[in-house]
Amino acid sequence: MFLIVGIFIIIGLGFNLLGAFSLYRFPDVYTRLHGATKCTTFGTLFTMFAVVAYSLGRLVSTGEARFAVFIIHGAVAALVLLITNATGAHAIARAAHRSGTLPARAVVDRLEEKEEAKGGTPR
Amino acid sequence: MFIFVVSFLMYLLLVWSGGAIPLIEVLIALILASVVTVAFRSWHRGRKISTRGLDPKRWFGFFHYLFGPFAVGLAKANIDVAKRVITGNIRPGIVKVNPGLTNDVAKTLLADSITLTPGTLTVDIDEEGSFYIHWIYVEDENPTEEQLYGSFGHWARRLAE
Repeated sequence: MFLIVGIFIIIGLGFNLLGAFSLYRFPDVYTRLHGATKCTTFGTLFTMFAVVAYSLGRLVSTGEARFAVFIIHGAVAALVLLITNATGAHAIARAAHRSGTLPARAVVDRLEEKEEAKGGTPR
Repeated sequence: MFIFVVSFLMYLLLVWSGGAIPLIEVLIALILASVVTVAFRSWHRGRKISTRGLDPKRWFGFFHYLFGPFAVGLAKANIDVAKRVITGNIRPGIVKVNPGLTNDVAKTLLADSITLTPGTLTVDIDEEGSFYIHWIYVEDENPTEEQLYGSFGHWARRLAE
């Protein structure tokens, strides 16, 4: 059991580390959001899996109700994280584009084209 | 009423610590659930919550989606982005795609799925229902739905339209 928990924690920490690293590697807010949302979602999901696996193991061996509580909290946190992380990333990206931050090194920007066609202020 | 019951039960689920729940917690749950319900009513006046969401077939479909195609997409996305973090091989851009969804729940489901899967991030949705998606490696400036997010459009239509 401790082997599985350890593997989950290592995968989780690895992806969270890559998420932090992406802030240095990528050039602008949009590409950084990719790293900050995807890698940290996946990494944190795996640490939650580790919590659930550990509590499940302890629940089976000891039968104490407090381990069931950990499982419920871990599962709820994982589900809420999936929803709020995606929503938050969308809100930040939309706000950045509206306030005039254009994607760096972009090969195409259909949203900017649409705003220019509507007669928006050129930036 | 639906929101009241869900928030009441959610609060009790989160404060439950293995034993009996003290009466004071139940009272707090009642007060908080009332506040949430009243706030929702005043923000979305006259909005009906459709009972179609309670259909168990949809819930089975949703869990099938969550643990099937969505989990696979999530894993692939993460390995792909992790590789790009290490190699720095990017070609970003914002592309437009119109999946032709009309329902708000379907749009939300698709937009969230897009954000969490391979190299794509939903930036905006316009009045016609077109999605503006930031793509970390643009393969095609006018992509099809398949290229961008595989079968997710099909799933969003099936689960929520």
